[in-house]
Amino acid sequence: MSMNRREFLKIAGISTILGLGGVSAVHGLRNRVEASQISPAPKALKAKRWAMVVDMSKFKKEEDYQRCIDACHQVHNVPNITDNPKHEIKWLWKETYEHAFPGTEDEYLSEEIKHLPFLVLCNHCDNPSCVRVCPTKATFKRKSDGIVMMDMHRCIGCRFCMAACPYGARSFNYKDPIPFINEAKKNLEFPTRTKGVVEKCTLCYERLATGLQPACVEASKGALIFGDIEDPNSGVRKVLGARYSFRRRPELGTRPSVYYII
Amino acid sequence: MLELAIKGSRRYWGLVIFLLAIIGVGFISYLYQFRIGLGITGMSRDVSWGIYIGQFTFLVGVAAAAVMVVLPYYLHNYKKYGKIAVLAEFLAVPSVIMCMLFIFVDMGQPLRVLNVLLHPTPNSVMFFDMVVLAGYLFLNILVGWTILGAERKEAPPPKWIKPFIYIAIAWAPSIHIVTAFLYAGLPGRHFWLTAIMAARFLASAFAAGPALIIILCLIVRRFTKFDPGKEAIQTLGKTITYTMILNVLFLGFEFFTAFYSQIPGHMHSFVYLYTGLHGYSQLVPIMWLSSILAVVALFLLIFPQFRKNESLLAIACMATFFSLWIDKGFGLVVGGFVPSPLEKITEYWPTLPETLITLAVWAIGFLVLTILYKIAVSVKEEVVFDKYGEKQVQTE
Repeated sequence: MSMNRREFLKIAGISTILGLGGVSAVHGLRNRVEASQISPAPKALKAKRWAMVVDMSKFKKEEDYQRCIDACHQVHNVPNITDNPKHEIKWLWKETYEHAFPGTEDEYLSEEIKHLPFLVLCNHCDNPSCVRVCPTKATFKRKSDGIVMMDMHRCIGCRFCMAACPYGARSFNYKDPIPFINEAKKNLEFPTRTKGVVEKCTLCYERLATGLQPACVEASKGALIFGDIEDPNSGVRKVLGARYSFRRRPELGTRPSVYYII
Repeated sequence: MLELAIKGSRRYWGLVIFLLAIIGVGFISYLYQFRIGLGITGMSRDVSWGIYIGQFTFLVGVAAAAVMVVLPYYLHNYKKYGKIAVLAEFLAVPSVIMCMLFIFVDMGQPLRVLNVLLHPTPNSVMFFDMVVLAGYLFLNILVGWTILGAERKEAPPPKWIKPFIYIAIAWAPSIHIVTAFLYAGLPGRHFWLTAIMAARFLASAFAAGPALIIILCLIVRRFTKFDPGKEAIQTLGKTITYTMILNVLFLGFEFFTAFYSQIPGHMHSFVYLYTGLHGYSQLVPIMWLSSILAVVALFLLIFPQFRKNESLLAIACMATFFSLWIDKGFGLVVGGFVPSPLEKITEYWPTLPETLITLAVWAIGFLVLTILYKIAVSVKEEVVFDKYGEKQVQTE
């Protein structure tokens, strides 16, 4: 079979295009499958949609907050970046009322409430704007239980999710986080991150899978109530049915899964 | 036609080497950023996009603005643009290349860039933006190259190119609308959450882009024998006049909505940008500079006697370009992050390496532009008459 250069290039070009098309079709199908489709461990905690209630009446001393924050940051190897506040990474932290609930503070609100620190974290929204904007599905809402997950190996570091999150819940690794992790307290069970990716609270999906409550909940001594919001008999639903609760910026339609009671 | 790019005067090579030097310095800075991370920039947890994304946003507009020449020429058969249509198309090419580079240098994990194609996500505006930008780049290279090739052979352009021209005309606004949607659909960012964002983007793009085309036309006429034509420049000047008026009006609409409604969230970013907020006022001087340049530009553009004077028109074009470059390439992006959704203020200013990388991307754009214009101008100098029989070469 003889072929001139022009014909060869034509055939080569067309086969390349078809080949690429085939690859992306296969990937298209693969994308429908969730990352962790293995049968869950029998001990695993399951829910239709996880939710958390932060009972502020139980946070009295500095120590009550710090215990939760430390538990979270230690178990997830969150770096403690103190040299430059611009590069700070936090999954669970304190925010005063006026910043946690902007636009709701009244003129004559008591100074005590105004400056009262609230424990804040990713809201694991039912309608998350960060998931909507992510160009690679590196952040996604888990179909089984509504956790807004983060795949730090897929994230390209475009930071669109940080612009989209109205709660400031996302942190970006502006530099290599490893030197800022306390080597002695490092948790070898949980991966560390590289520079250039976004991270945030993932509601301890790794602990739930082994039947444990989220680290902050466990450390909170009852101040954080965790459970399935779609189960009418769950702890969270009982509290929410009995007491006045509120969420951060509900007017934005993101439907946060973290509730606050005072 | 590429061979035309490697035969040039000393001045041509001087410019190429100068641009390569800037690119070299920026490339070294980028290696530094690649190794350390985006921490070498002025960006922060609160201001998570900076000058890179700002430049990207601005340049999408410059790229889209080619349509302001291409549309009257191909759809309304406005013959005076026959000489400069290819200059507009060839400006779009380096602009899109710069856009892509600015996205690339802004990424935390640049080696994962193909994840965007590997995991296509139609609900992400960024995914769409990538698709429309790549498409627009392809269309402009194809159309510009084919038309110029035909001109070189002194033959009419092939018929099959027509549909691509029409698609490119419709495609141009789409790239900028999609870019506006990156911003205009985010809950909790009041400054960006405005339906007029896309319209404002188009107006400012259709002012800044043609302004740059006029400046480039004047430079080309000064340094080569090719004459883009007085009338083409004047008509484009009128386009800039109207689009700049629209742009300033649209900004005024934003001010009205924010300050008449008195909703704090809507006012905060404007207050921060133009007067400073809670003692933070780093951007105030440049925002006022932008406003003053806009007033100067409008003053020179609106009165025909000034606009018809080419030196004054050149000043007006530079004022327009820099005013919008500050407003859109910097203020618009940073303003959306200050104050943060938690109503905290972190200020942003680019660092030295960040600035060098930014300059290098611009230099790459200018290098591509220089090469493309060199080719286009060489062809035109040889052909002497445009396809309507009008002389396009200056007589000594």
